[in-house]
Amino acid sequence: MSTEPNTIDIDRDIGNFYYNVAAKKDAGVGLTEKTIDYIVEAKQEPEWIREFRHNAYRVFNSKPLPTHWASRELEVIDFDKIRYYLASGDAPKRSWEEVPEDIKRTFERLGIPESERKFLAGVEAQFDSEAVYSNIKKAVSDQGVIFMGSTDALKERPDLFRKWFGKVIPTGDNKFSALNSAVFSGGSFIYVPPGVKVNHPLQAYFRINAENFGQFERTLIIADEGSEVMYMEGCTAPKFTTATLHSAVVELVALPGAKIQYITVQNWSPNVFNLVTKRGLAHEEAEIKWIDCNIGSRLTMKYPGVVLKGRKARGEVISIALAGDGQHQDTGAKMIHAADETTSNIVSKSISVGKGRATYRGLVHVPKHLKHCKNNTECDALLINAHSRTDTYPAITVRGTGNAAQHEASVSQISAEQIFYMQQRGLSEGQAMSLAVNGFVNDLVRQFPMEYSVELKRLIDLEMEGSVG
Amino acid sequence: MGDRSNLGDILTSMTTVTDEPFSRTQPAALEMPDWFSEQQSEAQKVFENEPFPARTDEMWRFSSIKNVAINQFPVAGEFSADVQSIVDARKYRKPAGRIIFANESLISAELYDRKLAEAGVIFTTLAEALVSHSELLREHFMAQTVRLGSKKFAALHATRVKAGVLLRVPRGVEVTAPFEVFHLCEGDEASVFPHTLVIAEDLSRVTVLEHFVSADPEHRGFACGVNDLVLKPGAKLNYVSVQEWSPKFVSIQVNSTVVEKDANALNLAVNFGGKYSRLESMSRMVGGGARSDMLALSIARGEQEFDQRTLQDHLHPDTTSDLLYKNALYDKARTIFSGLIKVEPGAHRTDAYQKVRNLLLSDDAEANSMPGLEILADDVRCTHGATSGQVEPEELFYLKSRGIADLPAKQLIVRGFLNEVVDRVQHPELTEYLHREIASR
Repeated sequence: MSTEPNTIDIDRDIGNFYYNVAAKKDAGVGLTEKTIDYIVEAKQEPEWIREFRHNAYRVFNSKPLPTHWASRELEVIDFDKIRYYLASGDAPKRSWEEVPEDIKRTFERLGIPESERKFLAGVEAQFDSEAVYSNIKKAVSDQGVIFMGSTDALKERPDLFRKWFGKVIPTGDNKFSALNSAVFSGGSFIYVPPGVKVNHPLQAYFRINAENFGQFERTLIIADEGSEVMYMEGCTAPKFTTATLHSAVVELVALPGAKIQYITVQNWSPNVFNLVTKRGLAHEEAEIKWIDCNIGSRLTMKYPGVVLKGRKARGEVISIALAGDGQHQDTGAKMIHAADETTSNIVSKSISVGKGRATYRGLVHVPKHLKHCKNNTECDALLINAHSRTDTYPAITVRGTGNAAQHEASVSQISAEQIFYMQQRGLSEGQAMSLAVNGFVNDLVRQFPMEYSVELKRLIDLEMEGSVG
Repeated sequence: MGDRSNLGDILTSMTTVTDEPFSRTQPAALEMPDWFSEQQSEAQKVFENEPFPARTDEMWRFSSIKNVAINQFPVAGEFSADVQSIVDARKYRKPAGRIIFANESLISAELYDRKLAEAGVIFTTLAEALVSHSELLREHFMAQTVRLGSKKFAALHATRVKAGVLLRVPRGVEVTAPFEVFHLCEGDEASVFPHTLVIAEDLSRVTVLEHFVSADPEHRGFACGVNDLVLKPGAKLNYVSVQEWSPKFVSIQVNSTVVEKDANALNLAVNFGGKYSRLESMSRMVGGGARSDMLALSIARGEQEFDQRTLQDHLHPDTTSDLLYKNALYDKARTIFSGLIKVEPGAHRTDAYQKVRNLLLSDDAEANSMPGLEILADDVRCTHGATSGQVEPEELFYLKSRGIADLPAKQLIVRGFLNEVVDRVQHPELTEYLHREIASR
């Protein structure tokens, strides 16, 4: 299975779509105090947001790039060449029919079929930084669920928004959360009232579609006592020649007894820096589950976390990462135990193809005087080619006698016997490889909603094409 | 057990041990070859230029770095405690040889079997080796790059080293009895720089037992030691260190093991002492069939902090490494384990294992684990595991139901937990010795 690195070349145009879109509002390139004022004025935001953004901008400037532990690739990002705000300027559309034709076409290519819309509760399709399409199914709004763009929520529901905004992920959490806090636009806001179980998964599909344009969406989901909600986001991006930056902040708040599932299937083009901060706050007996699938991008750094704040809270991260040639998937999970009887589970599977590099980075923290906290971490890595690379860097701190944490990781490759067995039954080597990789992640993929697992399988097949030779 | 012909010889010679030292020469001052002086002045520059560890330094993550922000390293003075009683309390019954340093001064250097000397075994002090085995030293003395964070301190060691041992076992020579080395320290604020270099030539077999002991538990001090183990093709080495510095000591130990083709290294660090003890242990598998077992056990009490950093570096196909570190934590103790399995490009069919287990016996104890993997080759089997937990109530119940009181039952469980590490040492007598040492804690 050892192959020379130069013989591995995946056609990176597969799956890339690009349409020209005329942007009506544009903050230009580079980031200064003026850029922030422009965003505030363009979005007609209140004064406290202006202060919040300016403060975040100062924090962003004061923090160094975290290259003492992270990849030096980060130094490639030229913050002066990035467009921080770009919007079509249109008010969010009420129905699908009103969505401009060319944008609709793009979404169709991305695979939101007509029929699917009937089942999806609402489609918050984010195009560039503003929601251009917003359709909340009657059933959901009848339940009292608020599902809107975070820009609208800021204006319409400041009571709910302000209470939790920036509370789970403070501005100073890291350099990129500070950047997002300074220039955020777009993203979703969801509020689920007490006891409401949202039957349909809520979904947002978005993509980056302007060269050198970073997307800085901000999502806040609040599940009130005893409620349940599932949120799905998926993204693909067109191929550009210069690096683009995606730096989102996602905050989840699960009030006592609530359940949130947040599902991401991501397939960025190989030039995107995807530096995302995602964290949930789980109150008493609440449950937060991140299901995260990372494919594509030049460098992804994403460590979904759960702060287990209330007794018996539960956090879970299920992560699949596929690092193709020239890509680095630096993913992982954070579990901060802050109350008795809290439990957390992390299952991570990564696949490195060609010269791809997959990294697991984890943090588990159990402070003292907590009782009966448990953490389980499992990381499995699969290496496809001789020049593939995988790393695992967990950090586990446990204090006190009442708690237990266990971590296990393994690295393996696809056995020659398996491939031989499948080839002998008429599959090509590539097909056999693809099947084996799908088998490796199958137990995790089964936890995804059906349409996502189908898409995921297709993405893996796509990535595995040409990986053998 | 095998048929090692020397075993009988050594055991016979043991029974007729003479107290007469075989070799006991110590030059008044270190007579230094030019290469050594040059290396020292280079090291001086490195020491001066390297910054102290910073909080953001990944190699020092979780470490209480205030402990190592030391600028003064006063020379240890006269050793006033009774060397003999300290040695007698912990010495191995039948060693192949014994070298004792007290406050960096040589007390005795003995090789008990003349046959070993005749076979070409060198067991001597660094001072003497600089004179008589300069070329051998030049090749191996601190030849490995320090990669786990203590570059500054290793350089300091190089400039200050005085009390050191060179052990070389020639091709094909098999010695079963351990070579024993003592480093004793006495006096408040003393600093010591113990050095050990073991060269196991092709197909040789050797065991080393090293002790680090403070005479007075109230004395503060600083130890900065380096030990290099070199295994030539087919060699087999057991290296055991027992660290009993005072609970007020700051200790940094930098270990590197180079394992060539088909050689087999086993390194066990037994840690009892120190306020802050850092152990950096690196194994490099450079030849096919090389295997390294990296073991450590620590009993951490009071406010002790054990900071362990390891690297299993696989540079050649078909190599194996197996790491097991166990910590028993009492009171407000802290442990840090940061381990990395690194499989370099092309090191296919690597089989590497790494496991750290923390047993938390107090509510204020804290265990930090950072088991890491960096794999740059495929066709490998690499696994690591880290667990942190407490005494299982079922196990305790089982023992109590058989009439064992709570405290002894817990002690038994802890002992059993730690003995699993000791049982991996391929030397039944040494294992037995270590069991007794642990039981007495």
